[in-house]
Amino acid sequence: MATTEVHPASEPARWAYLDRIRTRPGPFTNPDSFDGKVVAEAMENMKILVIGAGGLGCELLKNLALSGFKDIHVIDMDTIDISNLNRQFLFRQTDVGSFKAEVAARFVERRVKGVKITPHNCKIQDFDEDFYMQFQLVVCGLDSIEARRWINAMLVNMVDEEVEDSYKPLIDGGTEGFKGQARVILPTVTSCIECQLDMHAPRAAVPLCTLASIPRQPEHCIEWAHVIAWDQEKPFPDLDKDDPEHITWLYQKSLHRAREFNIPGVTYSLTQGVVKNIIPAIAATNSVIAAACCNEALKIASNCAPFLGYPDNNYMMYSGNDSIYTYTFRHERKDDCPVCGTLARPLPDIDQAWTLRDLVDSFAARPEAQLKKPSVRAEGKTLYMQSPPSLEAQTRPNLDKTLVELGLVDGQEIGVTDPAFATVVFKYRLKFKS
Amino acid sequence: MTEIVMSQTPPILHGPSEKERKYDRQLRLWAASGQAALESANMLLVNSGAGTVGSETLKNLVLPGIGRFAIYDEAEVSEADLGVNFFLDDSYLGKSRSRGVTELLLELNPEVEGSWYPNEGVRTLDALLAGSQVFTVIMYTHPIQPEQLSQLEAYGQKHRTPLVAIHSAGFYSFFQINLPGAFPIVDTHPDETAATDLRVLRPWPELVSFAEDLTKSIDDLDNFEHGHLPYVVILLHHLEQWKATHDGKYPATYKEKTEFRKIVQAAARTNTPEGGEENFDEAAAAVVKTLVAPSLPSGLKEVFEYEHTDPVEQSSGFWVIADAVKRFYETHQCLPLPGKVPDMKAHSRVYIQLQNIYKAKARKDAAEILEMVQATPGGQHVDPAEVDLFCKNAAFVKLINATGWGSDAETPRIDRLRSVAAAEFAADASAELTLTPLSHLPIYLALQATAHLPASQPPAVGAILSAIAALVPGAERNERVVQAAHEVARAGAGELHNVAALTGGMVAQEMIKIVTKQYIPVDNTCVFDGVEGRCQVLRL
Repeated sequence: MATTEVHPASEPARWAYLDRIRTRPGPFTNPDSFDGKVVAEAMENMKILVIGAGGLGCELLKNLALSGFKDIHVIDMDTIDISNLNRQFLFRQTDVGSFKAEVAARFVERRVKGVKITPHNCKIQDFDEDFYMQFQLVVCGLDSIEARRWINAMLVNMVDEEVEDSYKPLIDGGTEGFKGQARVILPTVTSCIECQLDMHAPRAAVPLCTLASIPRQPEHCIEWAHVIAWDQEKPFPDLDKDDPEHITWLYQKSLHRAREFNIPGVTYSLTQGVVKNIIPAIAATNSVIAAACCNEALKIASNCAPFLGYPDNNYMMYSGNDSIYTYTFRHERKDDCPVCGTLARPLPDIDQAWTLRDLVDSFAARPEAQLKKPSVRAEGKTLYMQSPPSLEAQTRPNLDKTLVELGLVDGQEIGVTDPAFATVVFKYRLKFKS
Repeated sequence: MTEIVMSQTPPILHGPSEKERKYDRQLRLWAASGQAALESANMLLVNSGAGTVGSETLKNLVLPGIGRFAIYDEAEVSEADLGVNFFLDDSYLGKSRSRGVTELLLELNPEVEGSWYPNEGVRTLDALLAGSQVFTVIMYTHPIQPEQLSQLEAYGQKHRTPLVAIHSAGFYSFFQINLPGAFPIVDTHPDETAATDLRVLRPWPELVSFAEDLTKSIDDLDNFEHGHLPYVVILLHHLEQWKATHDGKYPATYKEKTEFRKIVQAAARTNTPEGGEENFDEAAAAVVKTLVAPSLPSGLKEVFEYEHTDPVEQSSGFWVIADAVKRFYETHQCLPLPGKVPDMKAHSRVYIQLQNIYKAKARKDAAEILEMVQATPGGQHVDPAEVDLFCKNAAFVKLINATGWGSDAETPRIDRLRSVAAAEFAADASAELTLTPLSHLPIYLALQATAHLPASQPPAVGAILSAIAALVPGAERNERVVQAAHEVARAGAGELHNVAALTGGMVAQEMIKIVTKQYIPVDNTCVFDGVEGRCQVLRL
């Protein structure tokens, strides 16, 4: 604790508390990487990207603005809904219908003087590598696994070993009810989101025959209305899950079916929950997880204390259901990670009697793949392509051939692409059931 | 999966109200009953020091819609506040901080009422406490003046109001919940899989005859029928056969259960298009989890053993019901049946019949308990819905703060701290061998050592260590305690916004649990380390 000197960059009185920590070393600060004299100024010059301006995003913007970052961008394509107001505290009743990114950016700029926030009311997929290259840090507050995988693949692919600036640390938060997690990814150096994919296994789908002929749960009746009745009756041209009229139609259909089978428990709220796959969310948990993420951002940007990601732990799991429990651990990189690894990932339990269609259909539910529109190649040959339509038509006959007929053997390496992850070829190794 | 709010009355065919839409994402966690509890809560925050952790906590309570809050804070807004507290801006510089925070928090939710103190009418904490409606919970942040703390503690004793101490400095924080007595929770929201209780080792006549009917000519069933026998029925059928060849005994040991599982697996037909039967797979997979004799879970055992002599406790519905459930358990050697049946492969009609058999038995058990409750003096006023809820959750009922604290407890608080310290330091000494995380007690001690230092006097390492020595003699020589003292000194009584926000989130979760009496609160101290990104809960 050699020095007690504080090195503020600007407005020393306002940032007194922050400067005490970020510009002076503590007992856990690594003296080799820390230079208190330059921290404040360096952070003011950093560009940081926030993905998502929802429950976590609102918190992230507030936290980063009050952590000494001055140049923040935020991406979100969504507009504000009334059900956001119980936690997305930058929005008011009068903002319903406006872009989240826009409203959130303006609010934080007004409240915290000297911070510049640039909103982007669009999808992350609308930007290319050049755009992402301008940032030093990326912080995600997303509710979709797919978007996380996309940005993860982008940041991993951007790494150029010879260019130090091409390594963009990715900090990711997620919540559900009283639970959540915060993790730090140093692309190509530590375990990435794709390495950790199996920690977010998709919920098992209910078999179609259960929905069609033997429903037992209220959810079965709702799914029946959603996937079968809607298609048969087409009450509206397209299903809009945010349109109360559409949800009411599904609710009444579900209720009718439930009565037919004496199944109790179908409600409007449950219908909405099942159809929209609603995840319960509260301000308190978002506050915990977003702050955990931004705490790591501050430490990474200033080196004033060791951060998650290197060399040991990179993942904090938080659970508040039963007392409070955190588990902070190191998730190991996987050599067979389709994004940051070099080896093909094993794909077990493949039945050699399967057709290619069975294989293609299985990708969506497999925890290690979770690909909804896979195209498959093997040994340089295209087996099935989802697009363009001409290629799809040409390769469609293969779908009904068995794996054996297509010459696929146990241990075979295949390459899978999916339009959701344009840049990535997922490499898998087929393992046949004995 | 998350529990979904279900109405008991026939569903109404109109959409949710404006309020239900706004609170939709939280109603899925604590239902209308939890929301009603929140909306009648009246919370006090006594704020001091850097002051952010208190504002952040209230933010997370105003958003979900607590009824009202009051902030008592003697500070005036300074430049430093604007660099750490989001609920203040330039226009409040030099003005009352409680006013600024209250006004900006109230913008978040028009349904919440808030007031700030001291003001012209109410100038002291004492006056506020004397002149207000009783507070549901009181939160106070460190540093706090000792005389104010005594006032709060006296108020807490008198009104049985939970007190929560909160301290956030630099990368460290803790909060400590002081409940006025034993705090029982019925609606603990266990994981659905853990909460499944099918009672296959204690079947009752209706269930037995239902299973027998379906399986009496099991070999003659066509493939469709055979493949749609509910797994509970499959288990009951094979358990009967097992008993017939094992002196009337059920499989008990791990080895016997494994053998039983193989029997179930082998009973599946393989001449089907799928080459097997899903319902038999489900049955085999359920063997180890489902073949357990009814027993008394540790949480409920603690409830049964707790001596509730306090008159306030005596008259509470919870203890009247708990006593009845205890007698039920002593009579039947099992708990009332929760009555929930998980989804399983089956015909709709058969599954609904099975579900109704479980529900009927659950209702019967609950009725028996209700009868006992109503025969107890004072039990006539107990709400039958409360009895129902207890019966459904009996295995997961939990008692927090069972041993109490404070002047009336057997062990003075400082002795408890010292004995916990001894245990934690001993565990740390072997942490490398046991691969357990290191204790956060050093952080607690370093923060607690500065609990009453005014923010204007940033603490020095030496002063922190001597205060620690007074709390736990000898601890000031522990290397990790010395490091923690340095880290606390580095913060100079200042907050980091992130750590304040994170702590405010945790405290708000706890307040919600205490007010709604749902989920399980921390018992009683949670310490956060922002250097490592990790929490530890200690009972101090």
